[in-house]
Amino acid sequence: MTAPPSTTLTDHVTGTVNGIGESTVRPDGIPKLQGSFAYASDLETEGMLWAATVRSPHPHARIVDIDPGPALAIGGVHAVLTAEDVPGRLLFGLEHPDQPVLASDVVRYWGEPVAIVAAEDPETARIAAAAVTVEYVVLDPLVDPEEADTRDEVFRRIRIRRGDQDVRGSVVVEGVYEVGMQDQAPLGTEAGLAIPDGEGGVDLYATTQYVHADHSQIVASLDLTAEMVRSHPTGIGGAFGAREDVNLHIHLCMLALYTRRPVKQVYQRSESFTGHVHRHPARLRYRHEADEDGRLVRVEADVLIDGGAYASTTSAVLGNACYFAVGPYKCDNVNVDGVGVRTNNPPCGAMRGFGAVQVCFAHEAQMDRLAAALDMDPLELRRRNALATGDALATTGQRIDTPLPTREVIDSLVAMPMPEDDDSEDPLRLPGGTGLTTERRDVRRGVGYAFGIKNLGFSEGSDDYAQARVLLSPQGAIVETAAIEVGQGLVTVVGQIARSALGIGNVEVRHIDTSRIGSAGSTSASRQTQLTGGAVLAAATALRDRVLTEFAGEYLDDDGVWRDGELVVPYAELASGGWEETTTFRHPPTEEPDENGQGTLHADFAVAGHRAIVDVDVGLGLVRVVRIDTAQDVGKALNPESVRGQIEGGILQGVGLAMMEELIVEGGVIRNPTFTDYLLPTVLDAPDVEALLIEQEGSWGPHGAKGVGEPPTISSTAAVAAAIREATGLALPRVPIRPEHVALEGGV
Amino acid sequence: MNPVGVVTQVNGREIARSVPARMTLVEFLRDELGLTGTKVSCELQVCGVCTVLVDRKPVSSCAFLAVDIDGREVTTIEGVASDGKLHPIQQAFIDHFALQCGFCTPGFVMMAVALLEEVPQPTPEQVVSYLEGNICRCTGYRSILEAVLDAADRLERASP
Repeated sequence: MTAPPSTTLTDHVTGTVNGIGESTVRPDGIPKLQGSFAYASDLETEGMLWAATVRSPHPHARIVDIDPGPALAIGGVHAVLTAEDVPGRLLFGLEHPDQPVLASDVVRYWGEPVAIVAAEDPETARIAAAAVTVEYVVLDPLVDPEEADTRDEVFRRIRIRRGDQDVRGSVVVEGVYEVGMQDQAPLGTEAGLAIPDGEGGVDLYATTQYVHADHSQIVASLDLTAEMVRSHPTGIGGAFGAREDVNLHIHLCMLALYTRRPVKQVYQRSESFTGHVHRHPARLRYRHEADEDGRLVRVEADVLIDGGAYASTTSAVLGNACYFAVGPYKCDNVNVDGVGVRTNNPPCGAMRGFGAVQVCFAHEAQMDRLAAALDMDPLELRRRNALATGDALATTGQRIDTPLPTREVIDSLVAMPMPEDDDSEDPLRLPGGTGLTTERRDVRRGVGYAFGIKNLGFSEGSDDYAQARVLLSPQGAIVETAAIEVGQGLVTVVGQIARSALGIGNVEVRHIDTSRIGSAGSTSASRQTQLTGGAVLAAATALRDRVLTEFAGEYLDDDGVWRDGELVVPYAELASGGWEETTTFRHPPTEEPDENGQGTLHADFAVAGHRAIVDVDVGLGLVRVVRIDTAQDVGKALNPESVRGQIEGGILQGVGLAMMEELIVEGGVIRNPTFTDYLLPTVLDAPDVEALLIEQEGSWGPHGAKGVGEPPTISSTAAVAAAIREATGLALPRVPIRPEHVALEGGV
Repeated sequence: MNPVGVVTQVNGREIARSVPARMTLVEFLRDELGLTGTKVSCELQVCGVCTVLVDRKPVSSCAFLAVDIDGREVTTIEGVASDGKLHPIQQAFIDHFALQCGFCTPGFVMMAVALLEEVPQPTPEQVVSYLEGNICRCTGYRSILEAVLDAADRLERASP
């Protein structure tokens, strides 16, 4: 049977010291390749029950009655709990609590949890969930975001006014753009195991990106003291934003405390699609005004995103969408109105790129339109307006004081070699692939460019920090953190940072629970390499310095402390000395926006660009993305192969949004919550990728590193759309672009 | 719901069990045998995550009944390494950074094992066509293709 979950999740590799900038391999690679790495869905323990969720079949309804009787009559069913059984605060939420743990009087989205069940096995639990009788009075759902705006059903409005609102440009382009609802679709579904401690408390091992945020919400809803709940990191099968919010966490703790038995749950795929938030669909109205030389003199944008039924992170996503509405370009006169509306659609929240993706699709289409109106090379237009260190961000007016190599990104991307024309009739190299639908003579090639910018770390006055501990143990140096490894490779990078700072090659990373260390913040906002990496660097450096001072040593390594070429304190002696250092690392402070959306709202930025090369069968509307070239501002690549992995994977998610990935929501109901109907890019859809890492040190991250996870996803979608536009001559104002959007529009 | 007797070999080990007729192979492996290295993701035979070998051919264990392994051999990710040493495919995945979250990895490795047994020196196109039913959400696939091609070379060099 599987190892009990009390086993600490550890990642151990002995690597080279001074290995910053080297592509050290993943410490969790071997267990993941042997099938022994324990994901949340693999955990089990003695006497475990299984949970299932009763979910609303209506996007909007009043609950008249919930009868657990038929479910409780089934053999092997131990509990049916409803809103009345929530011991503490009924509401939870990442930014502010507005979402019921279980709906009490009204359901506000399709699939909202109404009751939870625990039974002897998963099948009985699901049968029991279906047997819980809920009587509803169906209400009209509000599903049109524009109508929600009109009715002032909003989570947040943002108003940005910068510069002289009377200045006008002589060349004007306008456009309206739309982005569909993308899903993170991590391959591991939501899963967890809650174990009661016998003293009224509980230990939770569940999929997450942020254990401390889970913990505070669990404690509030269970009405327990902080010490009574321990939220543990566990193995995670991808995240991409889907795991920032609470879903099954409070449910499992409630059932475990009620039944006094360990309770496990693994969402099935269709439940996963309703059980986590999605990328906000967006409608974007733009007006760009430039002078005859192509300098932006005014940008107007109306940004509307649909937050769905509950707040989640809509406020912060809207912030990003508005603050990066102009892209990586200078402009002194800006007018942005943003709104995140409340509807009865599925709740939306974090997904890789977090608001910057949606506006990038629009501002890059606008830049291409503007170049056409000016009869100017679109890359020259971008060069003339490129935002650089020392400039003011067009929207907030913030002076950028970390390296921002927009111009270098543009120039180096343009200089990358183009692929040769393809005259192959190999179906794998044709749009439509092995469907054998397309002949080469019907194919048109298109090339498109797009550039994007996003903040790194939390913004708008957040106290954003990460705590980490480094200690010397008989097993080697240990890094302790509550930062969540979701696959991105944080474990590799913090090991490299610790080894290099300490001089010790034998380093283990331990993922420990909320009772044993302070918060590392969320694995999101491209922030963990900078924040937790920064904390590990500071802790390891301070620990080394204290040891060397204590023993008047010159350097430290796996053998111990050295002076004048002699070992003065053997490592074994150090390891029994209780040496440890705990550090909390903060990024430079940010502030809240003023009434015009102005201020130093962000701690750091990253810029990236993508060039997409596509082949399009214009008649059938089939597209093959041949290649994507990218240049990305990474500060310093601590592990170049890991960075490349983030870039390639992020680009493919951007290609997915451009071409195929959309949750179809009709009347508030998700029509395609399966992998047969929500299409993900396969190896056949994956373009070749060439990546250039632009390294300009000077950021506050460890060794000058910037976060790298999100930029690949921001402008890749826009670049693919631009390339399809070039091949077809169509406007294509919406993503995903499906075959009918090309074939039925009768392009060139 | 009458149990059905199944006699099989899993990773070289003789197994005899009575299982419900509608139990899937992945339930059998994970819940009956505790072989949790095989993951479940789509439950619909479209993502390849749960791939295992039955009589050395790849199957989606989420859409394959446990009773159908009676008299046959099953190989899972736990049976790929031997004598405590990683299989060359596994080592190549590490060396090429061909995994991130790792959830799809067992399925890809099993598919690659089946491919290289059938076609020891595949072309890149053959690797693509073999792996097109396996979804990876993290990597973008390039590193996986390189790992499989490199593993083919390593296996050829290692064979007498």
